[in-house]
Amino acid sequence: MIPLEWILLLSGGLFSLSVAGIFLNRKNVILLLMCIELMLLAVNFNFVAFARQLGDLQGQIFVFFIMTVAAAESAIGLAILVVLFRERSSINVEHLDTMKG
Amino acid sequence: MSITEILFCVFSAVLVTAAIGVITARNPVHAALFLVFAFFNSAVLWLLLEAEFLAIVLVLVYVGAVMVLFLFVVMMLDVNVAQMREGFTRYAPLGLLIAALVVFEIGSVVWVKHLGSDTAAAAVAATAEGYSNTRELGKVLYTKYLYPFELAAVLLLVAIVAAITLTMRHRAGLKAQDVGAQVAVRAQDRIRVVKMAAVQPEPPSEPVKPETEHKP
Amino acid sequence: MISQQTLLIIVLAPLIAAIASGLAGKFIGRVGAHCVTIAGVALACGLSVSVLVQLLKGAPSFNEGVYTWLVSDGIQMEIGFLVDRLTALMMVVVTFVSLCVHVYTIGYMHEDPGYQRFFSYISLFTFSMLMLVMSNNFLQLFFGWEAVGVVSYLLIGFWYTRPSAIFANMKAFLVNRVGDFGFVLGIAGVVYYTGSLDYATVFSQSASIASSTMELFPGHPWEAITVVCLCLFVGAMGKSAQVPLHVWLPDSMEGPTPISALIHAATMVTAGIFMVARMSPLFELSEAALSTVIVIGATTAFFMGLLGLVNNDIKRVIAYSTLSQLGYMTVALGASAYSAAIFHLMTHAFFKALLFLAAGSVIIAMHHEQDMRKMGGLRKYLPITYWTSVIGTLALIGFPGTAGFFSKDALIEAVEASHIPGAHYAYWCVFLGVFITAFYSFRLVFMTFHGPERFRHVSHDEHAANAHAVPTAHAGHEAQGHDAHGATHDTHGADHGHAPHGPVEPHESPWVVTVPLMLLAIPSLAIGWVTIGPVLFGDYFGGAIFVKEQHDVLGHIGEEFHGPVGFIVHALQHPPVYLALAGWLLAWLFYVKKPELPGKIAATLSPLYQLLANKFYFDEVYQFLFAGGSRALGTALWRVGDVAIIDGAAVNGSAKLVGWLAGVVRHLQSGYLYHYAFSMIIGLSALLAWYVLR
Repeated sequence: MIPLEWILLLSGGLFSLSVAGIFLNRKNVILLLMCIELMLLAVNFNFVAFARQLGDLQGQIFVFFIMTVAAAESAIGLAILVVLFRERSSINVEHLDTMKG
Repeated sequence: MSITEILFCVFSAVLVTAAIGVITARNPVHAALFLVFAFFNSAVLWLLLEAEFLAIVLVLVYVGAVMVLFLFVVMMLDVNVAQMREGFTRYAPLGLLIAALVVFEIGSVVWVKHLGSDTAAAAVAATAEGYSNTRELGKVLYTKYLYPFELAAVLLLVAIVAAITLTMRHRAGLKAQDVGAQVAVRAQDRIRVVKMAAVQPEPPSEPVKPETEHKP
Repeated sequence: MISQQTLLIIVLAPLIAAIASGLAGKFIGRVGAHCVTIAGVALACGLSVSVLVQLLKGAPSFNEGVYTWLVSDGIQMEIGFLVDRLTALMMVVVTFVSLCVHVYTIGYMHEDPGYQRFFSYISLFTFSMLMLVMSNNFLQLFFGWEAVGVVSYLLIGFWYTRPSAIFANMKAFLVNRVGDFGFVLGIAGVVYYTGSLDYATVFSQSASIASSTMELFPGHPWEAITVVCLCLFVGAMGKSAQVPLHVWLPDSMEGPTPISALIHAATMVTAGIFMVARMSPLFELSEAALSTVIVIGATTAFFMGLLGLVNNDIKRVIAYSTLSQLGYMTVALGASAYSAAIFHLMTHAFFKALLFLAAGSVIIAMHHEQDMRKMGGLRKYLPITYWTSVIGTLALIGFPGTAGFFSKDALIEAVEASHIPGAHYAYWCVFLGVFITAFYSFRLVFMTFHGPERFRHVSHDEHAANAHAVPTAHAGHEAQGHDAHGATHDTHGADHGHAPHGPVEPHESPWVVTVPLMLLAIPSLAIGWVTIGPVLFGDYFGGAIFVKEQHDVLGHIGEEFHGPVGFIVHALQHPPVYLALAGWLLAWLFYVKKPELPGKIAATLSPLYQLLANKFYFDEVYQFLFAGGSRALGTALWRVGDVAIIDGAAVNGSAKLVGWLAGVVRHLQSGYLYHYAFSMIIGLSALLAWYVLR
């Protein structure tokens, strides 16, 4: 039997790593998207863990929907990225500053 | 320490290593491959956590579709990797500090606050013979969560349409059939009959004098 | 039985006529305008007389709501009519005088471009005044009160191109606001203590007001009834032009003369008197309020009469006499002789309207000259006007047998018999007032109709210069009558089409002017004989007027009343009549026998003369204190409140603050994606930290 704390710690660690990833790869939009995927994975871990702990399948249902949304999000995000690259020939976040106040 | 716990520890270690690889890889392709590796490990861990269906979905959807899409995009775009890596080391301490802070905070939430996990531990029951995670999930999904499920399907459809619309590009000079235009066409749009009187050209008359009184 | 339909027709006929001639004046033309308004008022007058007759035959009073406007927190606001004998008397007086004035106006205004407008206004006035007197609740009373005020404002400024007229109507408006403020407070007090606006309900609960006290200033409990009555009386002071709110009435003479007769002499200004009489069940309960009323009335009666002695404008002299007579009525109210006040109101309405209309006739004959020093010897040119004015004057001074004699003499006796604090002062004021009234009234008659024909010697240029040279009432801001200034003369002459200036040959006015004079002369002479018995000493008013046992001066006098002839015989044994004759004689001496005497006396008593000529400096003090004070206050508020605080701090200041804040905050909007991501993550960790450390 795997203790709940272990899983929570694992997901916390994953989450922190992806946060650190956002800081480190702050210029590359693709890597930012990947870090977001990793974050979602960490969150899904929590859902799965609690679903098992509480014997309630609803946690897994939530994971299912999160994965749906994440798939849609990465599809659209990458499409935007492609259009962006076509326009600017760059995906450097630092060049995306037309909204600068 | 049971075998599942040992397995959990091993795969957790591999998962964390893969995640570190994702965020530190020099090449985006490597990062994507590390991510694929991380997803595989997660799938294994989810199997250990008795979420068999989700583990398979993770592999099929994430690794099979999403990550392949990522790889496509990464390889398709001509990304200047060196420029992207600028400032990596400069921001590394800050990133690690934030990460450590988040780890510390989550850890203290788990241990100090417990989240009620100690009380809920008793609810774990051994699964009966012939139990199928997929069947149980399906039962809930197609009864209680039917509307959200369909909404999710619509969401995916919208995402497909959006992605295609965004990336679709009409190149000039592309020969393509426009069925709508073909159907909507009418006879009078194609040909116009112009009737003209048969006029004999007159001999040129005397040039008209400009009116001098006329004021501009 | 009085039917509701009759009353509605009485009220609505003038209103419909006013709307017709006001809005459709261009279509119906001049003849149409005066026909429709005169028809409306004549209908109202006829029905009013029939209502009065029915009441005299013993029909019960009518007191019903007609329409409930709204009900709020148990307070019913409705339109309703209370028609008892008091109301019916007022209705007949109002509609009769109004009818005479309507007919008269055809002659007086026949060349004025605002003909239809004028008829519309006076019809509207009749409607408003009827609403006021027929009301059975405070709200409708207030409506009528304000409506007559509005019409009065419109009519004083009828010739709106004249600066002096605009000044005068603004003055009337502002002074009336002061009074109306008090009136509204009084009504609010009534509603506060009784929870009702209806007269009958309020009067039945008057005892409860009388038993309560209020503390406007902590530690000084006041009788609620006194406060309420004084507030109501402030309203009456504004409307009926009592000292110190009298200043608007002389200036209101800027309006056309028919208006001076109808509104500023006969009816509207008596609304205050009527209101106090109607509120007698309240006023009777407060000795202090009655005492205030009598003192203020006496002051007005005597001191405003003094001003009439020195004025040279024919309309203003009559205006001061109106003020003085209103003071007489107020004194009667204070002495609890409400019947005497209403009686004097009625007789005064007839003879004062007569005097004003006669003055108007003179003014027409003199081509809108109002300065009496430029008249004289008009008797043989204007015989009808002369004799009717003499009748009006005799009634005004109280010559035995005329209407004014009965009312005034009864009034003076009532004051003499009263024991209210201040009654002694009031008695001397009204007593000496008789002499003054006689003097200035006959001064007017003698200066206008007797003596040399001064108008022949005055060329136009001279009289423009004279108007500025005379030391009389010139406060700098007002024109001394219509045509005193050369500048206004031209516009006015154009208005009336009287182009030729200089010496003129006066001639009698047309029949539309003289017939109303004769119509009014009849009641001025005769009304006293038939009405004194029932109105003053009988039980004509029945329950309409309430007098406490110990205040019942009229009942006291009534014990000795044995018919009108007996009343005259009784009066001949008392000094007021002889005092009036003395005033007459003195006027004759000064202005017929030895016309040089007044100038000498004025020179000898120069300070006193100056005081009177400047109207006790009321205008100057008000101008300085209120007008100047409010201008200074306004300037201060503008400089400090508006420019500095509102514009500077609130409006521009807040805009500047927002601009500055935005200037600072906009640096946070870097536009870089990772900055936003960082802030999200920092926020997340802060939230977690709060959760952990909580």
